[in-house]
Amino acid sequence: MTNTEIREFIDNAIAENPVMLFMKGSPEQPACGFSARTAACLNALGVRYAALDILPDPRIREELSGLSGWPTIPQLFVKGELVGGADIVTEMYESGELAELLEADQPEDAEQVAAQSEAPVGNGPLPLENRLD
Amino acid sequence: MPTSDELKQRIEAALPGALVSVEDTTGGGDHFRAEIVSDRFDGLTRIQQHKLVYDVFGAEVGGPIHALSIKTSTPGGAS
Repeated sequence: MTNTEIREFIDNAIAENPVMLFMKGSPEQPACGFSARTAACLNALGVRYAALDILPDPRIREELSGLSGWPTIPQLFVKGELVGGADIVTEMYESGELAELLEADQPEDAEQVAAQSEAPVGNGPLPLENRLD
Repeated sequence: MPTSDELKQRIEAALPGALVSVEDTTGGGDHFRAEIVSDRFDGLTRIQQHKLVYDVFGAEVGGPIHALSIKTSTPGGAS
């Protein structure tokens, strides 16, 4: 797979998924605390999202950061725009801005829920077939 | 290996007048947390504020600096 194909794959993933998370590992098995925390915020809001593990090929991260101008993982895109990484997503989750952006209900115990990472039953992440394997 | 003092000085040099505190979160010299208060952040989105800080270190973030956690705000208090 060429770098151009990887870039096109990333472009399509961002364009086709209104809530698109690039992370290390999967929402079920995050491979990094920052990715875990970001997925936990989305899970707590009960929104459907697509997630792509960037670890299988180092070029995924290179191309993603080249495209977004953001150096670290995770990266959350909503409706095609970069919202931020773990710090920004957590801040926005706690303040209720993330719920507003995603048109979800803010949990009453928002600050506690951010520490959990369990996916809500029947409303979990949309699996994105990892064609880059 | 970068130190928290070095990171603090480089952020202060890039954003004159900013109040900066940097913590080495693991003690291993590769995971850091930075809090920055600067009027340069005025009117910028969070993404733009964090990018200003990431830009200080370029490709070092994701390289020798494995993780740089950032919290930004303006002297007025709003982030």
